[in-house]
Amino acid sequence: MKGERKRALYWSYFFLILFAVFFLTPPLYMLITSLKSSAEIGAVTNPWWVYNPTLDNYKALLTSESYLTFFRNSAMVSVIVVIVTMLISIPAAFALARMKFWGSTTLATGVFLTYLIPETLLFIPLFKIFAWFNDTFDISLMNHWWVLVIIYPTLTVPFCTWIMIGYFASIPKELDEAALIDGAGYFQMLIKIFIPVALPGIIAATIFAFTVSWADFLYPMAFTTSADQMVLPAGIVTTLIKGDVYAWGQIMGACLLGAMPPLLIYAFLMDYYIAGLTAGATKG
Amino acid sequence: MAQVNLRKLVKNYDETPAVRGIDLDIPDKEFVVLVGPSGCGKTTTLRMIAGLEDITDGEVVIGEDVVNDVPPKDRNIAMVFQNYALYPHMTVHENMSFGLRLKKVPKEEINSRVDNAARILGLVDLLNRKPKQLSGGQRQRVAMGRAIVRDPKVFLFDEPLSNLDAKLRVQMRTEIKKIHQKVRTTTVYVTHDQVEAMTLADRVVVMNAGRIEQVGAPNELYHSPKTQFVAGFIGSPAMNMIPCQLEQAANGLSLTLNGSIRFEISPERTSRYKGHVGSRTLLAGLRPEHLIEQRPHLEPGQQAFEAAPEVVEPMGNETLVFFPVNGADVCARVDPGCGARPGAPLKLVADLRHLHLIDSATGRVL
Repeated sequence: MKGERKRALYWSYFFLILFAVFFLTPPLYMLITSLKSSAEIGAVTNPWWVYNPTLDNYKALLTSESYLTFFRNSAMVSVIVVIVTMLISIPAAFALARMKFWGSTTLATGVFLTYLIPETLLFIPLFKIFAWFNDTFDISLMNHWWVLVIIYPTLTVPFCTWIMIGYFASIPKELDEAALIDGAGYFQMLIKIFIPVALPGIIAATIFAFTVSWADFLYPMAFTTSADQMVLPAGIVTTLIKGDVYAWGQIMGACLLGAMPPLLIYAFLMDYYIAGLTAGATKG
Repeated sequence: MAQVNLRKLVKNYDETPAVRGIDLDIPDKEFVVLVGPSGCGKTTTLRMIAGLEDITDGEVVIGEDVVNDVPPKDRNIAMVFQNYALYPHMTVHENMSFGLRLKKVPKEEINSRVDNAARILGLVDLLNRKPKQLSGGQRQRVAMGRAIVRDPKVFLFDEPLSNLDAKLRVQMRTEIKKIHQKVRTTTVYVTHDQVEAMTLADRVVVMNAGRIEQVGAPNELYHSPKTQFVAGFIGSPAMNMIPCQLEQAANGLSLTLNGSIRFEISPERTSRYKGHVGSRTLLAGLRPEHLIEQRPHLEPGQQAFEAAPEVVEPMGNETLVFFPVNGADVCARVDPGCGARPGAPLKLVADLRHLHLIDSATGRVL
């Protein structure tokens, strides 16, 4: 038994290290490249070594007006999208998980199915809708950072609702019945019982919504064009690639810096996410 | 405090009937236990009283009011669930005071009520703990505390002890009884455990297949069951039901157990049983404690016979002896000192004053 366990551990470490190497190599390469000057990047030397380390790329990025604008736009979009998504998804998931009504199961599946439609199929119809909106109401939705706040929830709301339906369904039904008898209405039940108890699920959904809206590339490329309205993913490629001139050092540095906020959020929320908060509610 | 009346209560799930028309009057302060096997409709009935289940037909009356359409929170009831259903993110104090806080009861009053309930339940030192830091028994006490602080008209218990281990269950059973004696609130208690039902109840309601089989005080159900179901359900080990034949003998009626052991029927029962002579569907119901080892003097109504024990189970204070009567398994409860051994013939006595003659065709006790 002991030997078997040891062997299993060896294998798990083997694969863990393999995956860690596999996934950490690109960021490492990005870090190395971001510390090089353009001349060194172009030179024929060992690409895995920095001979003349420099922070010039970072200096250039952090003093560039447009990079900071992208960062600010990304932050605004992501935070607002997370809030909008939660405001819609939590009540939706609560209703679909708990208030049995005609068609609720079908509706829950339908919510998930919408998530399966890829955005590459959606952006052209969205374009048409925007054009119609422009023609009808004379309001242009194109080329504004805030338009992403309207678009991203089409990606985040279905998925977040779906994972929270699953999480809410795992909360013992007696808990809401006890709350009902204690005199809580549905809204109080949601606020005072469900949200605190389902926090790990809500955090998982939050992480997902933030990551999607932070990292999405296609929609900002399609719907924003001027530099002051762009978010990070679109901004980096449009401003740091000029014609066929690639500012590799800055591109790598910009991407690394851009990856920081999701990383921090993961690190900060992971503990909450893992902790099972329902412990002690019922027998078990 | 209030009485509870159920009038022709019916519950169907889609087309499947769960409760098939129940009439029950529970006076103020009474402790009533609904007992029956799984799926007999006891929990559904309780949930209809609580307002957690829509009523298909009939009426639930609490106090003076028909509450069919009153939401649970306005019925002034409190319920204790099988799996406790404590709010995991709240402390014991917060769990117990949740309902009062929702009702915006003044803080001083909340604290005094919670403290009082905590004293009754021995939870004073645990008020700041979270449910996950409590043992099963403590959690169950908190669940009861949450019910007590609200000072409801009716307590509803849904198998509250089923999740506890055997020892704790006995202990909590006594505590529930003590609490009821102190608080005297009308109580409806659901369980599938007939021992729990017998020990706790002022009156026991035995349910089967969505109907009430019999309502009565624990001893009444035990000694005078009206149906085969009640006779078999109440009592542990269960009542022996042995196929038997009723015959006309020279000086009255005689009863033959499975074509083997023959007893005489006492004259005072003769008239009651007379009409069933020759019936092929009769069962003789005798509890194990009414089949005992032979003693020097037979009391009136006792008749001796010989048995061949197959299995002997010593329990300490008594010994259970299992023997066949022409193929039917029968259990007797004998004195540990009477020397019962498997394979050795044993003289036993049947106390026919406690005989229940059952017509298995109608399920009625004759």
